[in-house]
Amino acid sequence: MIVAGIDVGGKNVHVVILKDGARAAQGAAATGIQKAQAAERLYEETLRKAGLKQVDVGRVVATGSACKRIAFADACIADAAADARGVTRLVPSARTVIDVGAEEGRAIKISPDGKVLDFAINEKCAAGTGTFVEAMAIALEMSVEEMAAISLKSSTSIPMNAQCAVFGESEVVSLIHQNIEKQDIAKAVHDAIAGRIASVARIVGLEKDIVIIGGMAKNEGFIDSLRKEIAMDIIVPDDPDFVGALGAAEAAAKGVLEEKVAVKVVGQEIVEG
Amino acid sequence: MAEETKKEYWRWPESTWVNSGIDWKKGTIITVGVDVGSVSSQAVVLVDGELYAFSNTRTGSDSPDSARKALGIAVGETGLTVDNIDYCIGTGYGRVNVPMAQRTITEIACHARGANFMYGPQVRTVMDMGGQDCKAINCDDKGKVLNFMMNDKCAAGTGRGMEVFADLIRVPVWEIGPRSFQVKKEPPMISSTCVVFAKSEVVGLLEKGVPENDIMAAYCAAMAHRIMELLNRLGVHEKFVITGGIAKNEGVVKRLEKELGIKTAEKVWYNPAYKDYPFDTQIAGALGAALFAVAMVSKGKVKSARKK
Repeated sequence: MIVAGIDVGGKNVHVVILKDGARAAQGAAATGIQKAQAAERLYEETLRKAGLKQVDVGRVVATGSACKRIAFADACIADAAADARGVTRLVPSARTVIDVGAEEGRAIKISPDGKVLDFAINEKCAAGTGTFVEAMAIALEMSVEEMAAISLKSSTSIPMNAQCAVFGESEVVSLIHQNIEKQDIAKAVHDAIAGRIASVARIVGLEKDIVIIGGMAKNEGFIDSLRKEIAMDIIVPDDPDFVGALGAAEAAAKGVLEEKVAVKVVGQEIVEG
Repeated sequence: MAEETKKEYWRWPESTWVNSGIDWKKGTIITVGVDVGSVSSQAVVLVDGELYAFSNTRTGSDSPDSARKALGIAVGETGLTVDNIDYCIGTGYGRVNVPMAQRTITEIACHARGANFMYGPQVRTVMDMGGQDCKAINCDDKGKVLNFMMNDKCAAGTGRGMEVFADLIRVPVWEIGPRSFQVKKEPPMISSTCVVFAKSEVVGLLEKGVPENDIMAAYCAAMAHRIMELLNRLGVHEKFVITGGIAKNEGVVKRLEKELGIKTAEKVWYNPAYKDYPFDTQIAGALGAALFAVAMVSKGKVKSARKK
């Protein structure tokens, strides 16, 4: 059976197509303002890559924002549920999932069979999301990839005082004026966000194996800072930004139509889904 | 006329003023307050406790230079130099870096004192929004601080939040207030608290073709709401006044008044003799600092630092 998983993120859409359980094709594209259209376009394009048509696909499950506006999806599942399923397939020993995307930072405690046991999220403050790193990269006048690479060269720890992406930008500019090495500033940026992500993760408890996914998992500077911050090992799967879509595809393969999870948003219980 | 991308919409004009009715050489006690904020810097010069000169400038990358620049611009061609000053107090975020100051006092105390002088002894609550913070201060009839609440961690509800927005929609920051009222109907406020996420929300509205003035109204409303939450945690008492840059944004002020159900005091000097002097809400901190200085010198609590 052919199934598809669609993950509509704050910045990028990801699509994974599974044929009899194996990855047949995957694709990523910018989400932009028209989320549903971007998802549909990418889905079509990814199907073409696999030599398939919409009619060949048995079931489509979506996750992420604008989930319910995706007309071609058969079902919507919560981000945390998608993450849990995707990670469990790749790393069966995973017990804690950290997912940092462009606009959210979440931590999920999962059971051995891939069910969400507990969950915490920051989706209100840009300082705990990929957007923070991008804003600082702009202030440093380099790409996020360059910033990730040079931060590994730094052996200095400079604390960033700003708790906010907007103030952080001013702080980076002022550090540059003080002639601080850009590699040290880059590391400071990663240390700062690692601290915030670790705080969210500690709400659910850090139990190994810890797996990190989402766009930020591709940032080796951030991963290094996070490993040091939690003093534990972190597993980074290949294509970490596709894991949400993979999980949605897994849900499609298992015939799941709806999956909600209870959310801890800074100590409050809210049902998401 | 196409304005190229180099134009900076947040860059409000710097200003300065000297009281031509006072000859500083005839004064006895000359005191100065310098408020170095993260975004703007002000200097206020008092001659025997009367307003003599002030400046409102943009803080540069170097705090001591910003302090010197603010004072230099304030005194301009008057011939007054640092050596003629009896006492100078530094305040604001960069207060420890005011090279000509003999002492520093927190901006909370200075804003309350300055607001008391500007608006009068009936002031009980002062809201000051600076470049990177927002404070709600309760004070007594002498301008002494009784209680306060402050946010200096999050850009939402700070001057930077408004400047970032101005740059995004490419409208000079001082036009936003008036234009936010040129709408057919008051739109719903921007839902994201975070300035960064609010920016994405604004981009979405722009792409949907929502009129710019409506977006300005939505943003001002969101900012007013944010300030109101801080004020309500402290408790607002009349006479309620606003100092700092945001007092100049009617779009936020009027919406804040509506949410609170309390009107802010009119922006006029309490002292009728000052009625023709410019009333710049951004000088409140530096003014309070200069007032503390003259009180300390005249009561003999500190020694004059005057050299000439």
